Amino acid sequence: MTPSSSIAAPGAAPGHEAHHEHGDHPSYLVDGTTVKSWLLTVDHKRIGIMYMFWVLLFFLVGGIFAMMIRLELLTPGPTIMDAMTYNRTFTLHGVVMIFLFMIPAIPAIFGNFMLPLMLGAKDVAFPRLNLLSLYVYLAGAGFALWGMLNGGLDTGWTFYTPYSAHTTTTVAPVLFGAFIIGFSSILTGMNFIVTAHTMRAPGITWFKMPLFVWALYATSCIQVLATPVIGLLLLLVSAENLFNLGMFDVARGGDPVLFQHLFWFYSHPAVYIMVLPAFGVMSEVVSTFSRKNIFGYRAVAYSSVGIAFVGFFAWGHHMFVSGQSTFDAGIFGALSMLVGVFTAIKVFNWVGTVYKGAVEFTTPFAYFCGFLFFTVFGGMTGIAVATVSLDVPWHDTYFVVAHFHFIMVGATIMAFLAALHYWFPKMFGKTYHEGWGLVSAALIILGFNATFIPQFLLGNAGMPRRYYEYPERFQALNVASTAGASLLAFGFVIIALYLVWALIYGKRVDNPWGSKGYEWLTASPPPTHNFVGPQPTYPEEPHFYVDPKKAEVSDAV
Amino acid sequence: MSDLANKLLFLPERASTFADRIDFLHYFVVGTTMVASAGVGLAALFMFFRYRRRVENQATEYVVPNLKTEFLFVSVPLVFFLAWFAIGFRDFTWFTTPPKDSMDVYVMGKQWMWKFSYPEGPNGVNVLHVPANRPVRLLITSRDVIHSFFVPSFRIKMDALPGRYTQAWFEATKPGTYQVLCTEYCGLSHSKMLAEVVVMAPEEYDNWIKEQRRGRLQDRQDALADNSLVPGTARMAEQGQKLAGTQGCLKCHSVDGSQHIGPTFLGMYDRLEHLQDGQNIRVDEAYITQSMMDPGAHIVAGYQNVMPTYQGKLQGPESAAIVEYIKSLRTANVREGASEGPAYDPIQ
Ligand code: HEM
Ligand SMILES: [Cu+2]
Repeated sequence: MTPSSSIAAPGAAPGHEAHHEHGDHPSYLVDGTTVKSWLLTVDHKRIGIMYMFWVLLFFLVGGIFAMMIRLELLTPGPTIMDAMTYNRTFTLHGVVMIFLFMIPAIPAIFGNFMLPLMLGAKDVAFPRLNLLSLYVYLAGAGFALWGMLNGGLDTGWTFYTPYSAHTTTTVAPVLFGAFIIGFSSILTGMNFIVTAHTMRAPGITWFKMPLFVWALYATSCIQVLATPVIGLLLLLVSAENLFNLGMFDVARGGDPVLFQHLFWFYSHPAVYIMVLPAFGVMSEVVSTFSRKNIFGYRAVAYSSVGIAFVGFFAWGHHMFVSGQSTFDAGIFGALSMLVGVFTAIKVFNWVGTVYKGAVEFTTPFAYFCGFLFFTVFGGMTGIAVATVSLDVPWHDTYFVVAHFHFIMVGATIMAFLAALHYWFPKMFGKTYHEGWGLVSAALIILGFNATFIPQFLLGNAGMPRRYYEYPERFQALNVASTAGASLLAFGFVIIALYLVWALIYGKRVDNPWGSKGYEWLTASPPPTHNFVGPQPTYPEEPHFYVDPKKAEVSDAV
Repeated sequence: MSDLANKLLFLPERASTFADRIDFLHYFVVGTTMVASAGVGLAALFMFFRYRRRVENQATEYVVPNLKTEFLFVSVPLVFFLAWFAIGFRDFTWFTTPPKDSMDVYVMGKQWMWKFSYPEGPNGVNVLHVPANRPVRLLITSRDVIHSFFVPSFRIKMDALPGRYTQAWFEATKPGTYQVLCTEYCGLSHSKMLAEVVVMAPEEYDNWIKEQRRGRLQDRQDALADNSLVPGTARMAEQGQKLAGTQGCLKCHSVDGSQHIGPTFLGMYDRLEHLQDGQNIRVDEAYITQSMMDPGAHIVAGYQNVMPTYQGKLQGPESAAIVEYIKSLRTANVREGASEGPAYDPIQ
């Protein structure tokens, strides 16, 4: 295929590819069954599935570390490991979860799979680059994990200097691994941006793009702009650690806080890299299961871009007590409030979507409910910590740990699971057992709250984060949190069991939700080139469930 | 009423003027958060029920918000957020502006202890004495990595940065003892980097400080003098400090003066040790090195022969670095004062 044909409008007749087709248009899953046909595929759907395999594996690794942390904190003193092991464990938990799970999870799996389908395209703009980004990700992951097994580092995933420049644990391979993973992130982001610009099918205007695409678009912009900063920073720290250059060493004219500025300049937008795709998924889910067009489509689309934009100007709120000037703290505090406003717009519009809808309470919708709670409560605690004076006692305590787990992890996990359940029939053409789905959703939402609400209170009580041992008075809340974490882990085990079962024995379905999202306009699972026969047309916006009898637009509320 | 709120929120006792201000805003923000989350949650639940699906493939109306609705969605949260910001920023400005008449104390974080020194008073390790109802300004720095000085009961926190001074201030309102914690991860024993603030009634404090000053060396160095900016040996000491952590020395030897399985490293260098066999020995480089390689050679009176040998485990430069580290923990003169903890001359 020549490059020009790969970015041709999908309306173009697919005739010249007839030699690929086998008459009955097999689905992407069975079109070539050799290992090589998977490993060397340029099909965005297969790449998405391969990402899914690895990302879930790393989620398991990160989860095991999480349970080790919680078990250690069951008692005030040493419980199951020594201090050094604990310090390495929480570092590995953070690094694996952030760089190997959260950042790629939704964009790399569901973005890869759905974005071309939602735009009526045959593939992403640069299919080979897409495959490359998977292998770059795996190479980075390999490097990082190798470093962790050979010594392991104890800096926390934030790698703050000067500690990370001096620790005797092996920092460099892990940082280098994260650096490599950054390239994968940039490649995927670029691919999505170009795809959204050049490969929309005729009829799909910018304001008829599904909101998941808008969210991915905003996310990709952040990835492309911010990732180079952390990449360079990680190299600087590795160099400092290996060759003792003195960049962060005051004794030689360096600046110990410089690192924090550069780090958060990436990592603050990075939390939106994690959470914006989650918002996108939820827009799709709420609209499908209430059979309603999105209330305030444009407001939701613009607020994604707005969050991506102001996300770059809020990093200083991680550093209120780092000796930055009072004036800086004020500016960063005020700008952070804007992120809260953009998120509030989304929340109100999601709830508004249900208004006059027709709600079916399915597993993905249950995750939407959990998501709503985590986003509102987690987001509000974000406003609380951005309130400059309140952050003084809360900074670097368990309050912050609970806050970011609620908004970042809670919202993202809810969206990840919602996406997994919502698109499972799309990806595999099979369905799972709804009863088990609802039971495990309830367990997970309960478990999550039981894990992290006690941590908010621990933060109030003054327990600092990254503590291997803690004063006796914090024990009761820690026990509660560990109990919650066990419930959470149990929920994940159930999901793994019934989804694997569904993969093998599940009932065949095509569009079980009756969804009018664009991605459902083709068969489930989709054929290799996404569409066979005439291209679908796109006369309406996605999720247009309007009753022809009431077709005139009502401008209610 | 606010006592009940504090219990429900697990907030520690309020013991400074800043704590009083913070807690008011805390209730306001947390209260609004709860009400807003509950409001959104209940509205959603109500709608899920009210608009449940009645027939398969039910069609719906096309509803879009008008401008007024979207304006409301933006302005209501914005008003609240800005109100909190305004109050919070006012209080933060207050917190970062110490009153002119406050008394100064220097605070130095160091893996893994807090050192306090008064411009013309004593030095102390891990115990800070302050008077109640008098503003105290803390000038905070670090000798090695970043630490963070946190007193939950005062609701104050400030990072300790190597090579820089940051400041924080507080005015304690109640005599008593309050915990200090380190909240910036700083290595192996981060969670043990605890200290206390002893708040005394003002006249009691005045007596205490007089007691501490009596018999001090006349021309003692300024408490500010700090070798951490000096390259060379200082870096070696830092190396040694890391090694002492990773090699497990600190499992048995404290660096804060407290006695543990082995003698403390603080002030060990140049000390006259009484040995089990009745002899005395002056601690010098040779003795420290010998103790690492052949721990049984000279047992200090009162301790067991339990230390493992580091022969072969430490290379020459590494053991030298540890020696240098122990030397850096030297104090000229350790005395017993009226204070609860030992008081030291400035570390040289
Ligand atoms: C089973 C669920 C989980 C539990 C029980 C759990 C528990 C914990 C605990 C106890 C800490 C240590 C806090 C500290 O001392 O600083 C922590 C830190 C952290 N967790 Fe989780 N976690 C879970 C899931 C996740 C997930 C899915 C992510 C994905 C991003 C995540 C990201 C983080 C991060 C970024 C940190 C901070 C690490 C650091 O401070 O170095 N966690 N988690
Ligand atoms: Cu510390």
